[in-house]
Amino acid sequence: MLGYYFKLSLLSIKRNPILSTLMVAAIAVGIGASMTTITVNYAMGANPVPQKSDQLFAIQLDSWDPNRPYREPDILPDQVTYMDAMALMKNAPAKRQTAMSKVFAVIEPEGEDVRPFETEGRATFGDFFAMFSTPFLYGNGWSRESDDNLEMVTVLSKETNEKVFGGENSVGKFIRIAGREYKVVGVLDDYRPIPKYYDVTNGAFREPEGYYIPFNLIASLELSRSGNTNCWKPSDEDGFQGFLNSECVWIQFWAELPTENEQQEYLGFLNNYAKQQKELGRFPRPLNNKINDVMEWMELQGVVQDSAKIVMWLSVMFLMVCLLNTIGLLLTKFSTKSGEIGLRRALGASKRNLFIQHLMESGIIGFVGGIIGLGLAWGGLKGVSALFGKNVQHLVYLDSNMVIFAILLAIVSALLAGAYPTWRACNIQPAVQLKTQ
Amino acid sequence: MEIKPILSALSRNKTGALLIALQIALTMTIIVNSVFMIQQRQGQMERESGIDEKNTFLFSYMGFADDFNEKTRIVEDLDYIRKMPGIVAAVQTNSAPLTGGGWSMGLARETGPDADGVGTAIYFVDEQGVDAFGVKLLAGRNFTADEIIWRERTSNDWPGQGVVTKALASDLFDGDWQAALGKTVYINETQPINIIGIVEKMQAPWNGWRGVERTLLVPNRTLFGGGRIMVRTEPGERDRLMKEVEEQLFANYKGRLIRNVRSMEEIRTESYQAHNGMNTILKVLIVCLTVVTALGIIGLASFSVNRRKKQIGTRRALGARKKDILRYFMLENFLITSVGVVVGAAMTIGLNMVLVDMLNLPKIDWYYIPAGMLLLWFIGQLAVFGPAKKACQISPALATRSV
Repeated sequence: MLGYYFKLSLLSIKRNPILSTLMVAAIAVGIGASMTTITVNYAMGANPVPQKSDQLFAIQLDSWDPNRPYREPDILPDQVTYMDAMALMKNAPAKRQTAMSKVFAVIEPEGEDVRPFETEGRATFGDFFAMFSTPFLYGNGWSRESDDNLEMVTVLSKETNEKVFGGENSVGKFIRIAGREYKVVGVLDDYRPIPKYYDVTNGAFREPEGYYIPFNLIASLELSRSGNTNCWKPSDEDGFQGFLNSECVWIQFWAELPTENEQQEYLGFLNNYAKQQKELGRFPRPLNNKINDVMEWMELQGVVQDSAKIVMWLSVMFLMVCLLNTIGLLLTKFSTKSGEIGLRRALGASKRNLFIQHLMESGIIGFVGGIIGLGLAWGGLKGVSALFGKNVQHLVYLDSNMVIFAILLAIVSALLAGAYPTWRACNIQPAVQLKTQ
Repeated sequence: MEIKPILSALSRNKTGALLIALQIALTMTIIVNSVFMIQQRQGQMERESGIDEKNTFLFSYMGFADDFNEKTRIVEDLDYIRKMPGIVAAVQTNSAPLTGGGWSMGLARETGPDADGVGTAIYFVDEQGVDAFGVKLLAGRNFTADEIIWRERTSNDWPGQGVVTKALASDLFDGDWQAALGKTVYINETQPINIIGIVEKMQAPWNGWRGVERTLLVPNRTLFGGGRIMVRTEPGERDRLMKEVEEQLFANYKGRLIRNVRSMEEIRTESYQAHNGMNTILKVLIVCLTVVTALGIIGLASFSVNRRKKQIGTRRALGARKKDILRYFMLENFLITSVGVVVGAAMTIGLNMVLVDMLNLPKIDWYYIPAGMLLLWFIGQLAVFGPAKKACQISPALATRSV
């Protein structure tokens, strides 16, 4: 029976080619536009570490200016001071934790084949690699002892290892970074969290760093840093030590806290610490500290940009216009078929049968529209990538989830659009229709 | 007129008419708000940076070799560039308009932590700074060579002189920018800076910043291990010199990297890439939307003409002229569109309120609403004209045939 309805639907679609094309085109364009923007939003808002996102916490301390908050309304700084980072690393009760900052340097490969190049790196603690589940191609991260002993060790990104060592296992070799020799202890495999959640201060979708070195070397070697530095008062002393002891925030701080208890305990520690600091004359604002898990942090940092959200909602409204269009067209189309429907009813077809048959027609239109819409979305994403350049190149892929979602969206939309016209068409009085013929 | 029969005909097919009206309302909401957003962005992109963008380029350098001595290197590099034919001026600086990264500080007219400050961008320049950026000095004077001080990375000391933009002077001195000349303001709560000159316009590096016109030039050459050099050339010489400067500097000394040699025009394009991209997306959306809505109206109108063939024939047979038939369909569409644009006006304002909230956009100007209504009336009339014209051609003889 369904096969027969399918045939009837196709026939009916063919009977009004222009109208059918219009409906398919409307759905296709609507699906194309909305899937393009939904895909970008979906990639922006994706959970970068689903298995651990509720165990990793970004730490916020309010060490800011007594006269004004870091940002209105009463928003905490997104980074911490060096003094606080060191105190937390020493005493805070976390399974793992790390302070970190972006650094940059010129890397000088040996020999003349590869010219020296500048790259961004990350100064962090050895816990980083386990916390953020970085995949290793060769070797491993460094230990806490290496952190304490200021060892000159480094983990390279796959890309840097390609450039400098031609992609071979470089563990145990030395590499010259900013004029100093570091021993390679590990090489990462492809690692590109989207968004780059552990540090979104300079853009959430940037390339990960080219090398990783122990954080403590920043102070001992007075390394050049990059990233954001924000201060609310001038430092008391001159020089690098003065900067380290200042109220400037420039460090991202993360802790791994798997259980509710650990989270409570950690927050309690932060509050106690802030109270102690208040007695020393720091932390002049009301007590306010926070721990944010990954998705809370993404929300707080506005990783999915508002303008992207707006464009998505506009294109969903556009899809609605296309559907209204389709409803209107189906309504008129089915209304001309009332004679045929009346006849079939009179010959014994049940309302249910007719309903299914006509819904199938809408479904077919939706399916075809969805497939074409997918093609349009693919083109749309290419367009977005051409318009916005490399910052979005990893946000513009249709994965299998999105493909399935697009087709389902198209069919469901078409069925919804078809439901009312079908219902109207099936509710006619057969007798009236037969009489007028 | 014919409004009554049209209304009674519409009331027999309320759903169809309502659907078109709703479609028109949504279309208007999206189009008007998109146009508004496009114009907002366009306005931001058209702001002038105040510098000579056509004839300037910027590059970064970074020292790495053991024998890299930044002080002698900078002096030699700048001397070399400044002597090249076709160069107007060159200066070492920390940043430039439209680059997106820079240094900001607060300035106040009084000392102390409680003084009301004004945030400003800072550019470190020497005596050629004003010329190299190509900004216009309105009052006062430029820096002299003996005022330039070398600045270490961790230094907290600020020179005693500064050149400010008109906008910064105006914000510091309650709107009276001329009053700023010769006055002392304070940086870092206590350190005095004497305003020796005022330039007309020079943007801060961050194009999205509210205070983008507030800029302070200070007479510093920096020893940060790396930095930028801004070069201004004679008209037409830029592209040639961009290559030559890069090659020559590398040939002179290989212990520093030279990267990101880009003209200010390229930097501007990159800086507004997202703005441009968003505007293009909105424009595509507007076009698609207009086409879909117009096609929908055409489709529905053609259908209704087809269905009413016999009635139209009858009317014609009873004496209605072609013009009357045309007018009937045009008027019908006008009535439906009118309902749509009235609802659309309300929805447009509603969406604008959401946008004001989310994107910090200003409120939509009132004239966008009637303009949008006119546009949709026009689109509707244009779309329905074809089918209505076809309806006129229906022969009165049709009435006599049984379909």
